[in-house]
Amino acid sequence: MSLLKVEGLSKFYDRETKVLKDVNFEVKAGEFLSIIGPSGAGKSTLLRCMNRLVEINEGKVIFNGLDVGAMKKKELRKLRTNIGMIFQHYNLVPRLTVIENVLHGRFGYKSTIQGVLGRFTEPEKEQAFFLLEKLGISEHAYKRCDQLSGGQQQRVGICRALIQEPELILCDEPIASLDPNSSKVIMDYLKSISTEMGITCIVNLHQVEVAKEYASRIVGLKQGEIVFDGPSKLLYGEQIQNIYGMESRELITV
Amino acid sequence: MEMVKELNPALIKRKRNGQINIKSGNKIDAVVKWTIWILTFLTVLAFFVFDYTGFQIERAITETIHNIRVMFLEPGLSHFSWSEAVYQVGVTLGLGILATIFGAIIAFFLSLMAAENLSKSWLSNTVRIVVAFIRAVPTVLWVLIFAIAAGLGSEAAVLGMLFHSVAYLVKAFSESFEEVNPGIIEALRATGSSWWHIVVNGVLPSTFTYLLSWTFLRFEINFSVAVAMGAAAGAGGIGFELFMASGFYFDLREVGFITYAILVVAIVLEIISTRLKERYFPSSINS
Amino acid sequence: MNAKQMRKNKWQTTIFFILIIIVTYLSTAITKFNFIDSIATIPAAFSWIFSNLLITEESLEKLPQILEKLGETIFMSIAATTLAAVVSLFLAIMGSKTTKVNQTFSVIARFIASFSRNIPVVAWSLILLISFGQNSITGFLALFVATVGFLTRAFIESVDEANQSSVEALTATGATYFHMISKAVIPQSLPQMLSWILFMIETNIRSATLVGILTGTGIGYMFDLYYKNMNYNLVALITFTIIIAVIAIELISNRIRRVIL
Repeated sequence: MSLLKVEGLSKFYDRETKVLKDVNFEVKAGEFLSIIGPSGAGKSTLLRCMNRLVEINEGKVIFNGLDVGAMKKKELRKLRTNIGMIFQHYNLVPRLTVIENVLHGRFGYKSTIQGVLGRFTEPEKEQAFFLLEKLGISEHAYKRCDQLSGGQQQRVGICRALIQEPELILCDEPIASLDPNSSKVIMDYLKSISTEMGITCIVNLHQVEVAKEYASRIVGLKQGEIVFDGPSKLLYGEQIQNIYGMESRELITV
Repeated sequence: MEMVKELNPALIKRKRNGQINIKSGNKIDAVVKWTIWILTFLTVLAFFVFDYTGFQIERAITETIHNIRVMFLEPGLSHFSWSEAVYQVGVTLGLGILATIFGAIIAFFLSLMAAENLSKSWLSNTVRIVVAFIRAVPTVLWVLIFAIAAGLGSEAAVLGMLFHSVAYLVKAFSESFEEVNPGIIEALRATGSSWWHIVVNGVLPSTFTYLLSWTFLRFEINFSVAVAMGAAAGAGGIGFELFMASGFYFDLREVGFITYAILVVAIVLEIISTRLKERYFPSSINS
Repeated sequence: MNAKQMRKNKWQTTIFFILIIIVTYLSTAITKFNFIDSIATIPAAFSWIFSNLLITEESLEKLPQILEKLGETIFMSIAATTLAAVVSLFLAIMGSKTTKVNQTFSVIARFIASFSRNIPVVAWSLILLISFGQNSITGFLALFVATVGFLTRAFIESVDEANQSSVEALTATGATYFHMISKAVIPQSLPQMLSWILFMIETNIRSATLVGILTGTGIGYMFDLYYKNMNYNLVALITFTIIIAVIAIELISNRIRRVIL
């Protein structure tokens, strides 16, 4: 059975410009899927429809058999708790410590009062340290996260997603702001999250080479429409040209 | 991914009760926390220090509600006419304009002395200290002190209001001057230009719009200062009428009318200065 | 820049300065301001200040009383600012585009702020004086209302500046609205807000003097009393204590600011 199903999904911010047009695909549990496409293709919007950070206009997103678009506030919170998210700009709270930022991933399990007072249990804090250790940044636990390098901040972002104990992790351009070395580190971690922990990953990328190297399956998006969906080894030059348009040469080599 | 068997206890900070600490305990957090605690403590203490002479809470609240309702819902004029009201608003605006324009002229020269890139450090420090001193004295005291020598009236009011206008504008102007690209000044210096040449050809063109915006922002402040001086220092204008209506005639409708008049002018000025700020100062600046 | 444009700019500058001169002239006419007189007044005023505003030993006897009133004024401005800050925080969160619950509340919050900010503090104290009488509460409330208006505007700016992306991230983890406010927005904007609060305390001490003259409280009342009695030695002493207090508070706030910002 598929973990996530997107059926006829359309999204428009105004009448003229449709960001997504009738998008259909399924994701099986444990898959490592990459969505590729030029910037402005609607990758970020597609990802944000899955946990409803943006509202769905037409069509359906089904997660674990439940209709995401029809969810009430409480169910939606539960859904988001179940789906971790990693961002291009890490989206950490800059003035707080690394460990605090990791623990923010537990808010989905907290009542308002517990969260506002910052009441985290000892096992939660230990788990946070455990994850930081796993990602090799536990010595920075008490630093303010704006003092960390980009790659380190992204690892904090991964910890925050993992501490949610999610079934699915959405990654929105996780390496777009990083240098090649840090990019490799982050992609390796994401890969091992899916292989070792069995967590499904959907990763937005604009570098085809990276997608081909890491993902088992690739979805190509162009102007809001799916133009390729298949195993990554079946993605060849011609389809790539199709996805990125004529000026693809420079883009691919980036 | 590394296999983690055990956590390294040396990396985990614990509180006295053995719970894991998640705050870093740095200086910034501590200062923020202490500042908030001290302010809270002083606020609580304040209510024990206050003078409560003649204060009856129930009467005060019911009366205030009644008064405010009369003032704001049934405004009207009884001691002077509409044209007189417009004239008095004009007087207040006039006081504000005079203090602002004279203030800007004086501040321009002083800020040239205060700007670190255009002046000598002893001179700029002296100007800064004098300005800080001037700022510490409330405007109303300046006006009242000048009123002894000049008599109550527009002269004392404008001269008194000048001090804070100059202090405010010197700070703003000199900071604008200091932001001028040092390359421009260096280039002009290299051509052998005189100091005035540098100011007129290098510094002024790139800062002129900022100076004007700051001057207008000060004018917005000076309008309400002029209202205050009318009420508290007998400087005339709409502020004085407000003082008379509330303190002598106890005419709530008139107080309401005057308040609306002030509010309208203030809002118009605020809209203009917000536009200016958005246009010329994209990031917010502590005034 | 071509010659035509330069000529146009020159024209604009000339017109602008002519306008300024006209406005200045009209202002002097309407306020009956005499330029020559006022220039002549300046040296006279300063020589008067230096010969009459002197602190004598006799006046120092009143120092304890003066300090007590000064204390009242300082307390008044701190209490008004701190409590106003609490109210402003709520209004700012309702009013900011990042954190607003809905459009109606946002408009209401901004309206309250604009209303209380644009009515000068003198007007508030005169309005409140009628029913509250001559006591500290009147001054406190006048400062409080005006401060709410000012701080709400400043806080809205601070909240707007807070990094929007961490708000998004927290929403994505399943955090509630209040989690997001307390753990993503406030930690980021708190230092900026504190800086505004300190600035407002400084300003309010000066305003409190003015309010005190009108409402008969604090150091403003003392000043007014001795000013009207023409006891200029005490006027000098009072002015001096205000200067010390304001500068001291400014120095403390600058120190705090340097650490937290």
